[in-house]
Order: sequence, then C-alpha cells, then structure tokens
Amino acid sequence: MPSNLEVAAPPLEAAATTMLPRLFRVQRYLQETDDTFTLELGPLDDGAPLAFAPGQFNMLYVFGVGEVPISISGDPDKPGVLVHTTRAVGTVTRVMARLRRGELIGVRGPYGTPWPVDQAEGNDVVIVAGGIGLAPLRPALYRLLAQRDRFGKVVLLYGTRTPEDILYRKELERWRARFDVDVYVTVDRAIAPWRGSVGVVTHLIPKAPFDPLSSVALICGPEIMMRFSVFELEKRGVAADRIFVSLERNMKCGVGTCGHCQFGPLFVCREGPVFAYPRVRDWLAVREL
Amino acid sequence: METLERVLSEHAFFAGMDPEYVHLLVGCASNVRFEAGSFIFRQGEEARDFYLIRQGKAALEMAPPNRPPMMIQTVSEGDVLGWSWLIPPHRWRFDARALELTRAFAMDGACLRQKCGEDPRLGYELLRRFSSIIAERLEATCLQLMDVYAIQS
Ligand SMILES: Cc1cc2nc3c(=O)[nH]c(=O)nc-3n(C[C@H](O)[C@H](O)[C@H](O)COP(=O)(O)OP(=O)(O)OC[C@H]3O[C@@H](n4cnc5c(N)ncnc54)[C@H](O)[C@@H]3O)c2cc1C
Ligand code: FES
Repeated sequence: MPSNLEVAAPPLEAAATTMLPRLFRVQRYLQETDDTFTLELGPLDDGAPLAFAPGQFNMLYVFGVGEVPISISGDPDKPGVLVHTTRAVGTVTRVMARLRRGELIGVRGPYGTPWPVDQAEGNDVVIVAGGIGLAPLRPALYRLLAQRDRFGKVVLLYGTRTPEDILYRKELERWRARFDVDVYVTVDRAIAPWRGSVGVVTHLIPKAPFDPLSSVALICGPEIMMRFSVFELEKRGVAADRIFVSLERNMKCGVGTCGHCQFGPLFVCREGPVFAYPRVRDWLAVREL
Repeated sequence: METLERVLSEHAFFAGMDPEYVHLLVGCASNVRFEAGSFIFRQGEEARDFYLIRQGKAALEMAPPNRPPMMIQTVSEGDVLGWSWLIPPHRWRFDARALELTRAFAMDGACLRQKCGEDPRLGYELLRRFSSIIAERLEATCLQLMDVYAIQS
C-alpha cells in the first residue's frame, strides 16, 4: 500500500450531475432503534440501479420539507435495493421517519469520496464506529467480508450511547459469530441486565487484535469521538496516513458549487466526506470551523 | 510462588517492570475468583486491595437512590480494578460486581504501601502506572459526560 494513501471521488454519474432528484419508492421500512430507521428504496423508473462505492452518500429529498445528505448503508454488491439508515434529529429527518411503504422520496447521487477498501488489500482493517456512524461504514464491512481473502484481520469496534441504541443488532450478532472478523461493542452507560462492555469506544483500541504497522483504520462517528480514536490509534503505532475519517457538514448542493459544506479549504461534499486524516488534522483543531 | 511470579509478570500492568520489583510484589499478591453476580467490593467499604483482572468481566457501578445501579465501566483481562487503596481515606467509591466468572490477582494495599514506603523508587514506579490509569479514566469520564452521541440542541 502506498504510504501516502488518498481517496478521490469517482467521476459523477451523469444522473448525479443534475440537481433534479430521481424518484424512488419506499419498499421497506425498518425501525432500528427508538430514533433510527432504515429505508429500502427502489427506483420508480426502469433505469439502472444506483451503483455506489462504500462511504458515498445521497441527497435525499423529502418532498415539501427539504433535502439532507445521508450515507448509503446497504451492500455495494447489491445495488438493486438502495438502503439508507437515518437518525431522526431535526426538521427533515423527523418527517422522513414518518414515510411508509409505497411513499416516494427524491434521490440525488451518489456523491463523495469512498472508504479506501481496495487500497487496504493485504492489510488489517480496523473499523471504529460511533453511534449512527456505523451506517456509513456498513457498506465497507460488506465489501471486506465479501472479499475476505484479500485482507488481513478485520476488526469492528463499535460504541454507542446505551444498549437500546445499538444499530443492526442481529447483523452484529451474525458478524460476531464468524471466525474471520473480530467484533467488539461497548456502550457509554448501561444498567442490568446488560452484560457487555461499558466504556468509551476509544478504550477498545489498545486491546483490539490488529497489527498497527500494517493496518488501515476507518473511523466514523461524532467528531470528538473520531479525534480521540485517532489519538489512541496513533498511540498504538498506526501511521496518520493510514487513518481515514468521514466528516459531516451541512450541505445544500452536494456537488461542490454552493460552498455550504466548506471546511477550511475543503468542500466536504466533493473532496470528502472520507478524508485521509492528515488532510483534515489541522482543520479539526480549529474551533470556529 | 515461582509460577505466580511468572503469571503476574505477564499481566499488562507489570509490562516492562524491573523483575526485581515483580519479585517483591508477589509477596502482596493472591489469586482470587468471583462468581458471576457476586460483589468484588462495595461502596464505602475499606479499600484493602486492588485487582489485576486475568479472566472474565466485572462492572463498576454506582447506585443512585430509587434507581437501578448504573454501570459506568467494565474491566476485563489485562485491566486494573481499583485505586482507592492508594488514596486516603482508602474507601471504595463505587461497587464492583462480576458480570461473569472473574479471576484476578488481589494485590494487598497495606503490604504495597509498606513496600513503597521502604523503597521510594518502587513507589514511583507504581504511582507512574496508576497515574496513567487514572488519567485514562478521567479522559473516558469526560467523553461520557459530553454525551457525544446525544442529539445536539
Ligand atoms: C456526508 C454526510 C453523510 C451523512 N450520513 C448520515 C447517515 O447515514 N445517517 C444519518 O442519520 N445522518 C447522516 N448525516 C447527517 C444528516 O445529514 C443530518 O442529521 C441531517 O442533515 C439533519 O437534518 P434535519 O433537517 O433533520 O435536522 P436540522 O433541523 O437541520 O437539525 C435539527 C437539530 O438536530 C441537530 N443535528 C443535526 N444533525 C445532527 C446529527 N448528525 N447528529 C446529532 N444532532 C444533529 C442540529 O444541531 C439541530 O439542533 C450525514 C451527513 C453528511 C454530511
Ligand atoms: S454542499 Fe454545496 S459545495 Fe458542498
């Protein structure tokens, strides 16, 4: 693997360059936790399925309310169903949470840079996810597991608020039962009968089974959690340019024209959301950004 | 004692410690086990020992009145449990309960304090190790308090 690994956005699909959303129908609605839900979508037209790379996002338009960037959380090898897992936090996502089977939603995308899954070939891959941050990382994990022989160890470290907030519970159990992936889950606080780990996700890093010198780390979660995860990974000896983070900024156009998502000299929608850590390190430390 | 010394020296807490000191500290160590659900110590009790976890999992808990006990941290293999033995008035601030069968070395605090008093270099060595554990715990507490996964208002 080159020592200075970069991720670049693939050229935009013709359909993604237009600001006109493509219509999708909700085929399935899954309540994941109290405030988080998954939509499985299918195109209304007969056009091609929306091929995407793990880590990319779509702009989802809830008609009459607004448009928000949401990562694609499905399997990149099964693009026939478009999957998005969303936490209802505000104006758009709360209305989106009320969509049901058969209803329509607008989709623009896919946009942004992917996780460097292919470039990680031959290395251990450490995934550090916090809260809803597991959703943008799930496609990377699907791809890693689909091509399992190409990688060394695959380790998933997942932290969230309480046991009730754990996403993709059944799938986590299935992954945990496999011998070729190490899954560790921790919560910030719990009461009995929880018998799993309690503590911040960064505390899983020192004991996790990976070789720091030949690992690539993918991190997604609240920014503070990502910063502390980077500290721990570096403390263990993972080089900064082998660490990748996915950033969130408010977005409007999603295609690099409006400047809404500006982060220092970077536009998160086009040059991100996945960045090699050294590219954003200095900007993450700036309070005002 | 020879095997206890070897096993003890393999615990993460003693990594890189002068073998002479490990040899000295073996005299303060004993093997203990806690069945799932049993208390390792309880808030307010005298803190006589600290524990080097070898196997299993235990939770540090705080029990607010009229509410179920809140787990604030779990410890497992390679972790250290408890520092109240080091800091006056030597009383536990939390409950610790085994979540599954847990095996550990109990390190006798009075014995350690005496040995540290006799050899300040050993005292410094132990304090250095404990201060990084305390700093890590403080950092974790800050992150937990920030409630980073909450919806921002
Ligand atoms: C590239 C990218 C990918 C994303 N992927 C996902 C995803 O897969 N799933 C997902 O649920 N979200 C994802 N988000 C975040 C999502 O876009 C926002 O949560 C959404 O835009 C909020 O819009 P709203 O109108 O519902 O909330 P607003 O009305 O804009 O905000 C309401 C309140 O919620 C708070 N808030 C906003 N966003 C968040 C947040 N992310 N976490 C906590 N509090 C928040 C605000 O501070 C505000 O107080 C992603 C963001 C980006 C930039
Ligand atoms: S959202 Fe418009 S430039 Fe990024």
